[in-house]
Amino acid sequence: MAELRVERAAAVYSGRNGPVTVFENLSLTVGAGRFIVALGASGCGKTTLLNLMAGFLRPSAGRIALNGREVQGPGAERGVVFQHDALFPWLNVLDNVAFSLRLRGTPARERQERARAALALVGLAGFDRHHVWELSGGMRQRVGLARALTADPEVLLLDEPLGALDALTREQMQELLLTVWAQTGKTLFMITHGIEEALLLATDLILLSPRPARIAETLTLDFGRRYLAGEAARQLKADPAFVALRERVTRTLFAYNTPGEFADV
Amino acid sequence: MSEFDAEVLVFPTVELPGEVDALTLPAAAIPQPPRPLPWRRWLAQPRLLSLATVVALLALWWLVTALQLVPPLFLPSPQAVLGKFHQVATVGYMDATLWQHLNASLARVAVALLAASLTAIPLGILLGRSRRARAIGDPIIEFYRPLPPLAYLPLIVIWFGIGELSKILLIYLAIFAPVVISTMAGVSAVAPDRLRAAQALGANPRQLLWYVVLPSALPDILTGMRIGLGTGWSTLVAAELIAATQGLGFMVQSAANFLVTDVVVLGILVIGAVAVGLELLIRALQRRLTPWQGKV
Repeated sequence: MAELRVERAAAVYSGRNGPVTVFENLSLTVGAGRFIVALGASGCGKTTLLNLMAGFLRPSAGRIALNGREVQGPGAERGVVFQHDALFPWLNVLDNVAFSLRLRGTPARERQERARAALALVGLAGFDRHHVWELSGGMRQRVGLARALTADPEVLLLDEPLGALDALTREQMQELLLTVWAQTGKTLFMITHGIEEALLLATDLILLSPRPARIAETLTLDFGRRYLAGEAARQLKADPAFVALRERVTRTLFAYNTPGEFADV
Repeated sequence: MSEFDAEVLVFPTVELPGEVDALTLPAAAIPQPPRPLPWRRWLAQPRLLSLATVVALLALWWLVTALQLVPPLFLPSPQAVLGKFHQVATVGYMDATLWQHLNASLARVAVALLAASLTAIPLGILLGRSRRARAIGDPIIEFYRPLPPLAYLPLIVIWFGIGELSKILLIYLAIFAPVVISTMAGVSAVAPDRLRAAQALGANPRQLLWYVVLPSALPDILTGMRIGLGTGWSTLVAAELIAATQGLGFMVQSAANFLVTDVVVLGILVIGAVAVGLELLIRALQRRLTPWQGKV
């Protein structure tokens, strides 16, 4: 099973007044089948962390390894869902979802079958022939998720996938993510600045301090599994344990930040 | 400030959008604009207004000639030009019918457009992808692009003679620059997230180029071809100054030499009409090939 490790990684870029350290000596493990959520304020370096894991950026020091093999660049074994869908408007929904299979030269029939299955999984069965621009923001994110799943990655990296959605769609998408996670058994790593979202979804919640980012705290949670066992998401969010954790996480993060930087959804 | 207010006051004639009907507001709550006068509503339609302009110009042309305000040598009447149209279309002018002239011109522009697309698009992709290539290509393109074709026409004649090659080359050069520049712009403006998304789905550099960069840049490439076709068509007359025996530019040029003004006017009208036709054609092509343009 897939295990993505970040080992003593550093991210340094050259700014106007010399080198800027986003983080250094950062280590974490994304264990097989887990749903890891990294929570931190805007600009704390969580996107950089995800970009390193995806292979879009190379670490300045340390290494990123998937199942012991060092990550050299982007690859299909590490899928990515973007904040702003990054779909291809010249392809219809089905061809967007089947894109990775087309790159691999999979026969058309199998390509369509697998893409349809992925669309059904995200609740978009029947939207095959739609154009990307005909879809709402939430639907586009579902297509982006289906597209990443069709490539059958070992780890799925989610870059604030719900960040640009309205509150209602966001709650639906949170539930969808949990369902997809349970049904596919994939290993997920998501970054977000939504506290409730992070608490509901994560099996392991990583709290990041601002720059230079370091892991302030790691929490092991079970609200996601409780949702999947049948409890309603709304009720879970009102659960005293959930509320207490929300307060605690908020306090931890506000210890570093001025209020107002975190979404309360 | 007051001027802006006045504008607002003059324009409550705009009809309410249809969605308003769907609202459950009582009818009285919707402010009813005063009914506009019929002719004002008529003029509010852009197409009708455009058509009216054309008709008015033709009428003015007819009136000026009918009243004999200008001698026919300077401005022949619309009827004369129409008669000439029939004559040139059937009998011909300068040993070729209007259709043969038109055909010769269109063929030159088509060959030039094809050659320009086949060379300028790959070059534009290269320039858009490689900073070094751009550094080399930029001064060359930026130097020749603003040159009027008539300025380098003599040099082309000295180098390549007065044959068909020189004519097509001149049109080719006029089309090449806009296509290469807009391809370059389109390629360098590809959304980084889309490139990353494709890479994370397993695309290799070649696939990235074919499946992401090229379709991303297609709207810009087509815009470049649209602009290029416009400049190419307007270079036509200059190109056909070089010892041509057929072509619309040649037809106008030789008619002017013999002061056959009605053929000159006819030629100009046909050149203009074809230009409009080409523009509409490529716009339709844009809508068909890049329907997402402006929507995503």
